[in-house]
Amino acid sequence: MTEYIIKNGSVIDPTQGINAQKMDICIKDGKIVDSVSGNAKVIDAAGKTVMAGGVDIHSHVAGPKVDSGRLFRPEDKLFRSPMRKSNLRMEMGFSVPSVAKTGYDYARMGFSYVVEAAMPPLEASHVHEEIRDTPIIDESAMPVMANNWFLLEYFKNHEIENAGAYASWILNATRGFALKCVNPGGTEAWGWGLNCVTINDKVPYFDITPAQIVKGLIETNEYLQLPHSVHVHANNLGNPGNYTTTLDTLKLVEGYAPKSAFGRDQVMHHTHLQFHCYGGDSFKSSSFESKSKEVMDYVNKTKNLTIDTGNVTLDETTTMTADGPFEYHLTHLNHLKWTNVDVELETAAGVVPFVYDPKTYIAGAQWAIGLELALFAQDKERCFITTDHPNAGPFWRYPRVYKWLLSAKARNDVIENELKYGDKVVDTTYIGELSDKEISLYELAQMTRSGVAKALGVSHMYGSLKTGMNANVAVYDIDPENLPSDPEQYEAAFTNSFAFFKDGVLAVENNEIVNYSMPKKTVWVNSIVPENKQVERDIRDKFLKAYTVDLENYAVFDEHVHNPYAIKVDITQ
Amino acid sequence: MANVIHLNMVTQRAVEEGEAMESGKTTQLYFDVCSVIEMNAEDIKALDINPNTVVKVTSECGEVIVKAIVARQTCPRGLCHIRQGVWANQVVPPRTQSTGEPQYSGFPVTVEPAPEARIVPAVELIQKACNKWNGQLLWPM
Amino acid sequence: MQETIKHVACPYCGACCDDLEITVEDGKILEVKNACIIGTEIYHHASREGRVGSPRRRQPDGTYKDITYEEAIDFTAKMLIKAKKPLIYGFGSTNCEGMAAAGRVAEDAGAVLDNCASICHGSSFLAIFDTGYPSCTLGEVKNRADVVIYWGSNPQHAHPRHLSRYGVFPRGYFTGKGYKGRKVIVVDPRYTDTARCADHFLQVQQGHDYELFDAFRMVMHGYADKIPEIVAGVPKDKILEVCEIIKGGRYVHIFFGMGLCHSDGRNHNVDIAINLVRDINEYTKCTIMAMRGHYNIAGPGIVWAWQFGFPYCIDLTKGSHAHMNPGETSSVDLANRGEVDAFINIGTDAGAHFPIRAFEKLGSGMPMVTIDPSVNMAATVSDVHIPVAIVGVETGGICYRMDNVPIQYRAVVPPYNGILTDEELFDRIYERMQELKKEGFTTDEGVWDYATPLADVRPVKEVYE
Repeated sequence: MTEYIIKNGSVIDPTQGINAQKMDICIKDGKIVDSVSGNAKVIDAAGKTVMAGGVDIHSHVAGPKVDSGRLFRPEDKLFRSPMRKSNLRMEMGFSVPSVAKTGYDYARMGFSYVVEAAMPPLEASHVHEEIRDTPIIDESAMPVMANNWFLLEYFKNHEIENAGAYASWILNATRGFALKCVNPGGTEAWGWGLNCVTINDKVPYFDITPAQIVKGLIETNEYLQLPHSVHVHANNLGNPGNYTTTLDTLKLVEGYAPKSAFGRDQVMHHTHLQFHCYGGDSFKSSSFESKSKEVMDYVNKTKNLTIDTGNVTLDETTTMTADGPFEYHLTHLNHLKWTNVDVELETAAGVVPFVYDPKTYIAGAQWAIGLELALFAQDKERCFITTDHPNAGPFWRYPRVYKWLLSAKARNDVIENELKYGDKVVDTTYIGELSDKEISLYELAQMTRSGVAKALGVSHMYGSLKTGMNANVAVYDIDPENLPSDPEQYEAAFTNSFAFFKDGVLAVENNEIVNYSMPKKTVWVNSIVPENKQVERDIRDKFLKAYTVDLENYAVFDEHVHNPYAIKVDITQ
Repeated sequence: MANVIHLNMVTQRAVEEGEAMESGKTTQLYFDVCSVIEMNAEDIKALDINPNTVVKVTSECGEVIVKAIVARQTCPRGLCHIRQGVWANQVVPPRTQSTGEPQYSGFPVTVEPAPEARIVPAVELIQKACNKWNGQLLWPM
Repeated sequence: MQETIKHVACPYCGACCDDLEITVEDGKILEVKNACIIGTEIYHHASREGRVGSPRRRQPDGTYKDITYEEAIDFTAKMLIKAKKPLIYGFGSTNCEGMAAAGRVAEDAGAVLDNCASICHGSSFLAIFDTGYPSCTLGEVKNRADVVIYWGSNPQHAHPRHLSRYGVFPRGYFTGKGYKGRKVIVVDPRYTDTARCADHFLQVQQGHDYELFDAFRMVMHGYADKIPEIVAGVPKDKILEVCEIIKGGRYVHIFFGMGLCHSDGRNHNVDIAINLVRDINEYTKCTIMAMRGHYNIAGPGIVWAWQFGFPYCIDLTKGSHAHMNPGETSSVDLANRGEVDAFINIGTDAGAHFPIRAFEKLGSGMPMVTIDPSVNMAATVSDVHIPVAIVGVETGGICYRMDNVPIQYRAVVPPYNGILTDEELFDRIYERMQELKKEGFTTDEGVWDYATPLADVRPVKEVYE
């Protein structure tokens, strides 16, 4: 394999405490090594920033609801897709890009690993088919579990070992990565057109509360000693006044400690927190307000929590979530088309287009709240930047979010010139009191690389430039010693990396994709638990009576998982 | 006097057609189950013919010879049904209302007795339409 | 040695029953259990005498001569490169791996890529673009639904096990009484075999579904007293009675079929059906689902949505980006206007299922390749017929059920005579195209030497003016 040396770059690697140090990064046989021979190809990175490949903890990039979003929005392609570049596949779509555009854009931004945020177990083979066709990036997918009939029944009786045996079976059957919790109980209630908006609402028939479900999932997750913690999207998303539900949910972590050999410190990751930090009782500017400070105060002092932001990018986009009742609520707010899929025994999903119009007060407030979360975060190793792609904005807008965080000037420019109700937004949020706050490139690397990899329990594979790591390396046109005066340069540099190595293969060179045919991995967790006859019987019984597919056709066949890479977690040892 | 009646025609799937299609479109079975027009018994009477008489069906874009039978699934008066397939498509108008979908259901046809006419086999119909008929059935039924 | 393979999914209709048991011996299929009559026939057909075991080339006298796969692939690759606007249509009976491989070929060839939905549930796509698609998986119907409506679909004929597996008869988690606990409503112009299973049959006047939906919507919006005594042939009392049943249901589900898509109004019929579902959700939970015909006809919509962002009628001829505009880029319209110059018919039979006035233009005036396990009508007029392995019988793969749930198919016997799968075939066509392009083979190689122009093609316009 070719050898490379990235010469004279300013390296930023929080995992080694390296902050903008001039040094060379050597790559050989797909790994980062201490030195290479004189034949190594030289990448001149003088005056540029070198970071590990980016890691995305929460992005909807593959699977049934993402594809529903693509399918039912032809307007997302019309006049909004870039022209095809030579030797690449066509790149179609704006807010929900085709798989080719997804892989290319992540590579252009220097990302190496992306976690698909919600995989309905019944439709796992769909997710893996899309992963096969997505170029360059490594991917994982999290099965959605918080409205699963098996688990609701086990949690009701507090049978954590049974829940663990079942969850382990699901991870193996779906080639899944972590336990995802979306609107616990509420999505099952949606099966009857209902919802759960506090953590104490009873789930119809199952007679269990969201609080019991979340605690059950935490306990199950720690029982299984999984690399990642339970990944939570709490009840009552998107509603004014929901921050109390959010705090109630976050407080469920109290008394739990992580049990995992993979280095994470948290027992709950709360995702797209921006959507969960609203005060007031309506969307009117006279009532709606930011509660990001209240929520972040709790997050900052609670060490066993991590969060990601879910930043609004002020674009027209496509919302999609396993929170079925929320999407129904949303279509009533904006009167746009609505797609819904309830998945038997497991979950649901809804998809509605949405315009975060800077001319509206509410989009401006949401924009501010997302940024506040990142700015309030004291420990950047526990707060990650996402747009909950494509819910708050498309992932390829990350560089714009980075710009708003790296540069107070860029942020204030939006408030003054782009938002129609900038003054009102300042009045009802905390963005004004943060008006001179900026994050550093080092903190950015924590929020997009080292911290994310640690929270996912994959810091041995991603997010670091240590010797021996897989050579996922991004080089950006930014000189840390001479930071750009024009914030637009941040956005340009992070949108199109100067060079990007994926597993030691040069994918982007001179800001253009030069190779997208390198092998990519599907990372999954092979969880091994003691034999459990009870659960085996329950599974057979449910498939006999309730499912519409045969048990033997449910687990993804080996031939449909592409380039699998298993992380083995054996709790029987 | 032989009558001519005007009917509204639909073409849809029938389980007989599905089975025959999977056994092969060149088979006698496919010929037998698809080259029929299903009608209300009263409409057949109005044509002054017995069921199982051969008729000619004409639409705005073509004609086809098929056998008139009393509908296996009840068809109201005024409606007729040729099971989807080669014979039905001889008369289905290809206009799509700009959707891509031809007018498979709901187009006017006339039905008239043609007891002496020959029901043409599927391959012959297709090959003739495409100017590729050489006078012999290469796939004997 | 006899062997019984269980949990086999059936490659016939969109119900994708995955509980078949197939008994095989020495590569022959002996017995099929659990399948409907049509599914059973598919398996037996695979083992019958007279299968095509090799690609074949049409001779000037109309007979066919066996050729090698290399020759057939070379012919197809050259045809795709030479053509300015080739049409690749079909995929009703192909697995998703084959569809993904075909997508790559079509993009490289600058072709129009289309599937059977174009003449089937394409109108439903148009309605979904406008209104969305509040749907569910079939298990939700089985486990929850107590009011089930079949509108313009006849599953007893088109999806023979649909009623027993999903819609009417099964006992599910919250539906322990089975069919006794469900109210079944059928809306159809004909008193079909499905209507015979209904508690309430509404005999709508053919082509007037929109009006009946409109009446339902008026009731849901509180204007019951404003609707006429008879709407689309259905008495007002009956409409009100059915609306009361719907409002009183715990979970209402509507299945709709070709009766809406093939009649006047097309997508508008589906559009209003979806809007009715939105209305009913104000009272009780309600979902809707298209009764997709083939076992994997949901597949191309899904695969090409992730590849190109569009489910069907995908014009890739621009080379720079994909373009979809049904009516313009749809197969039947392209054929009507004579806008394509080469045709691949794959996993379907445009010969039997296109209106003949549209098909005759494809079948006569341009080179044509049919890719299908069997001799079908399109094959009888093709320049080259390439047989492929039958999905679900001779090869596995992923197929999407009518509710877009991926079902993993199995092979029960090896491919007859070692024939290729769709995916292998398209990958080899792609490779051959790259070789040819490297050799300098281009579009400008002169006129077709293998097409027989048809002198008397009747322009459609003349015919119906």
